[in-house]
Amino acid sequence: MEGIKIHLKVNGQDISREVDPRLLLSDFIRENLLLTGTHIGCEHGVCGACTIQVNGDPVRSCLMLAVQADGCEVKTVESLIQENGELSHLQQAFSDNHALQCGFCTPGFLMTLSSFLEENSNPSEEEIRKCISGNLCRCTGYSNIIKAVKQAAQTVSN
Amino acid sequence: MKPAKFNYLRPSSMEEAVHYLSEYGEDAKVLSGGQSLIPLLNMRLSTPKYLIDIGRAEGLSYIKEDGESLVIGTLTKHTEIEKSELVKGKCPLLSEAIRWVGHEQIRNRGTVGGSIAHGDPSAELPCVLTALRGEIVIVDVNGEEIVSPEDFFLTYMLTSLQPDQLVKEIRFPRIKPTCGSAFVEVARRHGDFGLVEVAAVVDLCEDGRFSDVKLAIGGVNSVPTLLEDVERLLVGKEPTEEIFNEAGDLTMELVEPESDLHGTAEYRRELSGTMVIRALKQATDRAQGGRVM
Ligand SMILES: Cc1cc2nc3c(=O)[nH]c(=O)nc-3n(C[C@H](O)[C@H](O)[C@H](O)COP(=O)(O)OP(=O)(O)OC[C@H]3O[C@@H](n4cnc5c(N)ncnc54)[C@H](O)[C@@H]3O)c2cc1C
Ligand code: FES
Ligand code: FES
Repeated sequence: MEGIKIHLKVNGQDISREVDPRLLLSDFIRENLLLTGTHIGCEHGVCGACTIQVNGDPVRSCLMLAVQADGCEVKTVESLIQENGELSHLQQAFSDNHALQCGFCTPGFLMTLSSFLEENSNPSEEEIRKCISGNLCRCTGYSNIIKAVKQAAQTVSN
Repeated sequence: MKPAKFNYLRPSSMEEAVHYLSEYGEDAKVLSGGQSLIPLLNMRLSTPKYLIDIGRAEGLSYIKEDGESLVIGTLTKHTEIEKSELVKGKCPLLSEAIRWVGHEQIRNRGTVGGSIAHGDPSAELPCVLTALRGEIVIVDVNGEEIVSPEDFFLTYMLTSLQPDQLVKEIRFPRIKPTCGSAFVEVARRHGDFGLVEVAAVVDLCEDGRFSDVKLAIGGVNSVPTLLEDVERLLVGKEPTEEIFNEAGDLTMELVEPESDLHGTAEYRRELSGTMVIRALKQATDRAQGGRVM
């Protein structure tokens, strides 16, 4: 099978590559672009570790083919760091609140939550719980993640 | 790289898609949002020779009114239905049900046509479509055909769709403003497939009796199922505790659930009765609240 040429924007950078149509977007990001912040857990849409943003919306990169992202704007967890090299409010809040242990799930949580907080800067606990229901974490018990989201929301609204 | 090799086709119109289907249908799979198909490709449970990606086909994503129905194009994403004021106004049952479909990340890519074509008996949209007596519009090279949910859903993940056919749009009858509707579900976790789900619409006469009831249940049979006997039981009666309980008892007799990892048949049967009562009460409350008695 010959490759298909795709053009997309990843974390603000224009990218053109030839890819096999069966290449998953998650593998394209990790193996072709070497952006290994996007993690792969289950590869059937359940764990949320591979969550990225496509045209601003959080989606599973393991449930998309790279060819489907042709022409799209993609953001991975690497995009969150600020220009001066400091952590984003959300990343800082995760660190401050011990909202990660092994960190495997963290990129997926961050990509889900950064889009959520842009739309809802003052979420209730219930809204936060609903938002993260599509991301699994084996380590934290979620309570610290919820605390971190509250802190991040507060920092932004101040 | 997990899916097996395939030839990738990306039609830019419905006509082109249908043309590919007539050519390769037997060896092809349609890719819409991919939220059910890509897991199957990843696990190699499905290994089509051709993958027809309709995701960029023009003119298949829309929500519009047509007479008594809301007409929704096959490529319309769950999120778009969730956000639509038109859907909220004309078919609140659909707005309420759509929030139960997977998680946000799934709803951002999954489509209404994909959900219907996939034919999962515990999916929410097939249950709503069944309750409302909606229609599925199918196309192939010979033209269009309209199919009822009862003729469309055959058994677990199997529909009447032929290899050369494409789902074009779904028609959800609008709900009269005097009606109350409710969608209730029990899932192990919000976003998981429902163990049992019920869609209910009720209308009341001036004297408070049921003048119309629409009721369907999902997750307990091999297809989403109309509860016509329960509908008949209720029409003409007053909404009382006794009649709700009778409706629940009759439901438990009608369903034929199976046991699996997530719940036993007995539990699902019991839950079916409870959920029908819950849905009917909520829909009735809403119908009563929405009118001056
Ligand atoms: C973690 C997870 C949780 C989920 N939870 C739920 C849930 O709670 N409820 C629920 O309803 N769904 C759930 N889903 C499935 C999801 O809703 C899908 O969006 C939906 O079932 C399929 O839509 P799709 O557009 O992604 O279809 P695809 O995956 O692209 O296709 C599904 C099937 O339909 C066929 N198909 C697609 N479009 C057409 C068409 N126009 N004409 C003919 N055939 C077509 C495909 O060939 C394929 O066989 C979940 C998925 C995941 C990964
Ligand atoms: S790896 Fe994509 S959801 Fe688990
Ligand atoms: S921090 Fe280990 S899985 Fe979440």
